[in-house]
Amino acid sequence: MTFIKSYKTKKKIGTTLLYILVVIMLIFYIFPFYYAITSSITPNSELFSKTIKLFPKHPTFKNYILVFTERPFYKNIINSIIVAGTTTILSLIFGSFAGYAVARLKMPGKVAIMSLILAVSMFPQVSILGALFQILRNMRLINTYPGLIIPYIALNLPLTTWILHNFFKDIPISIEESAAIDGCSKFMTLWRIIIPLSAPGLVTTGLLTFIAAWNEFLFALTFMQLPEKYTVPVAIAMFSGKTFYELPWGQLMAAAVIVTLPLVILVLIFQKKIVAGLTAGAVKG
Amino acid sequence: MLAIFITAFFPLIKTFWDSFFSFGLRPGIPKRFIGFDNYIRLFHDTRFMTSLWNTLIFTLISVTLEFILGLATALILNAKFALRGVVRAAILIPWAVPTSVSSQMWKWMYNDQYGIVAQILYKLGWLAPGTPILSEKWSSMVAIIAVDVWKTAPFMALLLLAGLQTIPSELYEAARIDGASGWKQFTKITLPILSPTIAVALIFRTLDALRVFDIFYIMNKSVETMAVYNRHILMDRAFTGAWFGYGSAISVVIFLIISIFAIIYMRSLNLKFE
Repeated sequence: MTFIKSYKTKKKIGTTLLYILVVIMLIFYIFPFYYAITSSITPNSELFSKTIKLFPKHPTFKNYILVFTERPFYKNIINSIIVAGTTTILSLIFGSFAGYAVARLKMPGKVAIMSLILAVSMFPQVSILGALFQILRNMRLINTYPGLIIPYIALNLPLTTWILHNFFKDIPISIEESAAIDGCSKFMTLWRIIIPLSAPGLVTTGLLTFIAAWNEFLFALTFMQLPEKYTVPVAIAMFSGKTFYELPWGQLMAAAVIVTLPLVILVLIFQKKIVAGLTAGAVKG
Repeated sequence: MLAIFITAFFPLIKTFWDSFFSFGLRPGIPKRFIGFDNYIRLFHDTRFMTSLWNTLIFTLISVTLEFILGLATALILNAKFALRGVVRAAILIPWAVPTSVSSQMWKWMYNDQYGIVAQILYKLGWLAPGTPILSEKWSSMVAIIAVDVWKTAPFMALLLLAGLQTIPSELYEAARIDGASGWKQFTKITLPILSPTIAVALIFRTLDALRVFDIFYIMNKSVETMAVYNRHILMDRAFTGAWFGYGSAISVVIFLIISIFAIIYMRSLNLKFE
């Protein structure tokens, strides 16, 4: 009896400890967002005081209005939507073809191709920055959407191909064979059968590509040099006040919250798929 | 398929070619061949050498801390508790947010006058009141590593969690019957089975950390990484003088350093392709 009792109390202590750990972990990962949100609704008079403030006494949404009226922030959001959206759609289209080819066709040098694909994803981007800048400048693509979309597709395509290839591989080949018997061409098989069957894979890959393109900084900073052409990450990094010494932190935090919320919602909705995609892209590699 | 290789590899070859010349991006500066001069100059460039060390120190410390924290997070998430799915989604948030946004969020928390982290550190007496965390070399390195660890430990945790979930629970039951302690179970069962996942996670993070740019560029100007220095030469100096060839040489060296790490890793992992 005493043995069972001590086992039970031990278990109870263990559960309590676990919950304490979970709470500590959550505070650690979530606190910066909480602080950004409260800062964004704190009036400047309270924000710039030397006390620790966890919640504003007089919350205000002024900062949210100022972000859109004082700077071209809505243009930055539109730029990001266009660039990341186009990159995602085109990467998915090209990636489907490439992934299907690698998964199904018997090609010589498949190992070499896959190694190269992996190599591109490990590539230091700064190493091609200068050459890419020259090329884009000669083509007059600096400060244009294609000037950012083309490099993004090149950067993302390896991973797209890789993950989609993993999804395609798992589709039984017998389905395709019966399609072929029914008179389906290779292209028709891909379009009519493989794509619909791998829709969850496409959603996952699309999300990962979208997040990557939305968040990219180095190329966006270098190839988009006009403030109204900035993408969201660059606009946020370049945030400045009217004078050199004063940075409008309240506005900056409002901007941070605006661009973070959609991502947070996407992550919360698709978390299972994102986790599956991340692990398919990395662990299985 | 060909298109990927053209867009990715052609610029690399061009960079390599450019690194043997002396020229700038402003018209009127003649391009002339100087062989390996750019590379020789590089080894005498203390600013580059410092940036190289900064990058290596940053990579070593942040990947180590991230691994420890990621593993701890993964172990917690692997236990059963209420709302586990929600918690797992919540820790993904730092990973999903653009680095530039999280850098600015933390920059505000570190603000030497009004930032919450700075205030707490002053109150605890760990820092003299008013000390600017981000403008001194070592404190800013520590601060930046903290941000990076916070941002990427969730990614590490998810990879490790995926590995943890493949371990059959019978193994632990058997060990418990044999009277193995929790720590013994961890070192004798969990770690060995998890090691391939750990290796892959470490590779991804190391290669990522070596090319770090955003956090350093946004958070402060007193510590530079290779990528930040490289961009400075390529984009700021190349328009005022004959620096572009030199910048290209730096690009090539960075590429080689990262390739060496990648090759060592691939070899030690013995990656096989199906």
